[in-house]
Amino acid sequence: MPSKYVIHTKPTPHRFKKITQSGIIAWEEGCLKCAVCVKKQCVYGVYDNRGLDGHQMIDTIDNQCMNCFRCVQGCPKELIHKSLNPEYKALGDAHWTPDVIARLWYQAESGKIPVSGAGYPGPFSGPGFDAMWTDMSEIVRPTRDGIHGREYISTAIDLGKTPRHLTFNDKGDLEGEVPVFIDVPLPIIMRVPTFGALSDKTIEGWAMAARRLGTLFALPENLLTKDLTDFRPHLIPLLSPGPMDLEKLADGIRLVEIPWKEDWEETLHTIRRSHSSLLISVRLPLTEDAQKRVLSLAREGISIVHLEGSYNGRAMDDESLFVKDAIRPVHLALVEEGVRDEISLLVSGGLAMAEHVAKSMICGADGVFIDFPTLIALECRMCRRCTKGLSCPVEIDRAPSSWVASRVVNLLGAWHNQLLEVMGAMGIRDARRLRGEAGRAMFFEDLDEATFGSMGKVEEGYELE
Amino acid sequence: MSSRKGFQFPEAKAAPSRFRNPIGKYRLDRSSDCIACGKCVEVCPYGVHVMKRGHVLVKHHYRCVGPDCPTPCHAECPVQALSLKRNPTFDAMGDFRWTPDLLASTWTMAETGDVPPGGLEYKTGGSDGGFDKLRLITPPEETARNTSALPDEDVDVGVELNRLNDMAHKIRIEVPFYGGGMSYGSISITTMLSRIKAAAALGTFCCTGEGGYPDELKPYDDHVITQVATGLFGVREETIQRVKIVEFKYAQGAKPGLGGHLLGDKVTPGVARMREAVVGYPLFSPFPFHSVYSVEDHKKHVDWIKAMNPQALVSVKVSTPTDVDMVAVGSYYAGAHIIHLDGSYGGTGAAPDIAKKNIAMPIEYALPKVHRFLQQEGVRDKMTVIASGGIRTPHDVAKIIALGADGVCTGTADLVALECIRCHNCESGRGCARGIATTDEELMQLIDLEWGTQRVINLFLAWKKELIRILKRLGMRSIRELVGQTGCLVHLDYMKR
Repeated sequence: MPSKYVIHTKPTPHRFKKITQSGIIAWEEGCLKCAVCVKKQCVYGVYDNRGLDGHQMIDTIDNQCMNCFRCVQGCPKELIHKSLNPEYKALGDAHWTPDVIARLWYQAESGKIPVSGAGYPGPFSGPGFDAMWTDMSEIVRPTRDGIHGREYISTAIDLGKTPRHLTFNDKGDLEGEVPVFIDVPLPIIMRVPTFGALSDKTIEGWAMAARRLGTLFALPENLLTKDLTDFRPHLIPLLSPGPMDLEKLADGIRLVEIPWKEDWEETLHTIRRSHSSLLISVRLPLTEDAQKRVLSLAREGISIVHLEGSYNGRAMDDESLFVKDAIRPVHLALVEEGVRDEISLLVSGGLAMAEHVAKSMICGADGVFIDFPTLIALECRMCRRCTKGLSCPVEIDRAPSSWVASRVVNLLGAWHNQLLEVMGAMGIRDARRLRGEAGRAMFFEDLDEATFGSMGKVEEGYELE
Repeated sequence: MSSRKGFQFPEAKAAPSRFRNPIGKYRLDRSSDCIACGKCVEVCPYGVHVMKRGHVLVKHHYRCVGPDCPTPCHAECPVQALSLKRNPTFDAMGDFRWTPDLLASTWTMAETGDVPPGGLEYKTGGSDGGFDKLRLITPPEETARNTSALPDEDVDVGVELNRLNDMAHKIRIEVPFYGGGMSYGSISITTMLSRIKAAAALGTFCCTGEGGYPDELKPYDDHVITQVATGLFGVREETIQRVKIVEFKYAQGAKPGLGGHLLGDKVTPGVARMREAVVGYPLFSPFPFHSVYSVEDHKKHVDWIKAMNPQALVSVKVSTPTDVDMVAVGSYYAGAHIIHLDGSYGGTGAAPDIAKKNIAMPIEYALPKVHRFLQQEGVRDKMTVIASGGIRTPHDVAKIIALGADGVCTGTADLVALECIRCHNCESGRGCARGIATTDEELMQLIDLEWGTQRVINLFLAWKKELIRILKRLGMRSIRELVGQTGCLVHLDYMKR
């Protein structure tokens, strides 16, 4: 059994005060100065620890309030109120919602899984990944041991071709060519997001996080500076189309990514000639007909394909096609051709929460790329000021690399633990077994129609209660 | 209906909020133009305004029904001194499933024993799916069977629980719901007793959860369901022999496949004694039962209970995986009387958010699937099917029964009756700041047992009354007639008119 993969997290505070969902409004005017003021009775001591954040010039109280409403309900002059914070509602956009952002902040800060009391508070279902539920094991298909049990749940995946069988010679030595593959302990690979107030320190921090986690970090080849030499085994240079500077590929690099284009075969041969042991991943836009191209890549001996979805978790050519639905036909086409194990499918595009990793894999991916979560881990508010050349409100570009690394390790530590929760509940002990297990998931489209499809008739004169 | 004879439901008694300022949806602001003429006191049907020593005050903002008011004070005021506003604090509480309106309407029911007179949406929440997209449809008044004139007492909402008709107790609950398991330790003893005393008064049951069976519950043994869960905390032969219903908990909807976790802070000396554990150490309830890996193993468990207490009804509480229908049939063949399905959106004292949201399916899908499968297997009539996991209102009860349940388990609604505000911090520090889900000596004092009992009784009397109104509207005399009647439901996404 391999040694247990553990991600060591440590609390890494925000540098700025968080934007909270609601705020306290406490009027001073008319205060009776009660001897036993409700503010002094706060169970969480929020009013005692209240202060002014001189950097941002804001009251720190909203960051501490736990929403029990006791002060609101107890003040004899009704001077305390709570109100939704419009700034919170304005965070992000329809895909990177305020709740997603706040959850990512929490995980990056604490390294902990979000745990709460009371039942699920959210919508019944939603677009994309929110329209599916994962399975669990019960009496008729029990798991073998609990999450905290002795058995080891592995989240490792292999990138590259998996041989169907091994051949040995008379002496018992391995015969023939052993395919090259990379073993990643986490099915999550990082990549540079398409915007962000980034500096060399940010890039270095991300590289440090990738090394600490044992995973990989994909970055445009122009960002692959000398400072990053030590991190090379954990970096994936993204080669840009056009003439290549193969010098960049020297020493330590194990995997490169090339974009799919008309003459991609030529590029492939150029690299193979000079760097035969280098693994090559081809980045394809995730489109409705991606399976045809993936099949042709498989035939060419390409062992890793990156299907790139859009910023908001959709196919590149169709806003109505979600990543989860676009992966399934690709996976199934490869299974049908009998070449599924010849190729690793990595998926990207809008993956925002830990459950999206498990769900992508259930839909057929071997692993995923994440981009914006590693930026939001650095307190990004998705305000896009940086895209207009304006300053970053949380000064991400000034954050030290060690802080960056620690925040990202925390985030992925929390994601790793959540992956264990989901796999543990399913009774699956190896992330590689999660791939394509669509039978162990439930889909809104199937269930809703099957359950309620027949409940559409309202006869003449009948009324809705 | 013989066992109904002699059963008397308790009276609803006013049990107002224990907080000084109940949170209402609307606020009435009175300007200095007020001439204290008393017109508002006179016209308001809800007692919002009071006259005190020559001054008029807005005493009960929360009772204001806003635009639904037939005689609005702000329109009647001769000097236009009153203005009606929405209370911003109201919108800062609640969530998609328990909207501010559902919280406030549940508080009203717990205070008065009646549904709110207006101003609040008390039937559905805002989750935009499942129950919240389903509507009951009622026939035109003239074609409905003549049930509208029936006295409420003649509409039967009780449920028989033993349908195997074996040697176990013949148990009937007088309302189509009972209290779901909440353990001693996750909630305070006062909360636990409030629920159980209310269950006894309403002729139904309440489950202990898996934290043991405190002695304080003994007077209500005939209304207690004791739980045998994977941690076996507090399970003794004696506790199993004491009750009429024993519940096996295989899984919980909010954390399916994961087991329970009581944080160290909540393991006080009392809790530790009850659970035979060490003070201050967190307690894990494993998943699954390490002695159950098949339906045959499961039968051994059921037989074990029956050997200790042959007259006990056995309930099996399971969560909702894809093969939930097989689980239900397996439970039937293992000899269970009740299959209790707990959907994924149910309550918990603490669970990972990822589990609550993503693992296993909502009860609205699982229940009809099980109902149909048990019918196909020809055993539906031999089993009582109980649903839980997100049942918030009497309308949810009617909807899930129309989808095929015999009855439901409640949980969060009971706590909301005790003024839970859904802040989701049951698990942090000293526990619930509002004194409901805590073992902290000081915070526990925030609830008075008599008040708590009355609040839960009031809530469920309001539910019962509303269910009877719905049944009469549907032309039915008994809740049994509604079971599986999907024709009484329409889903807004599929509606054709």
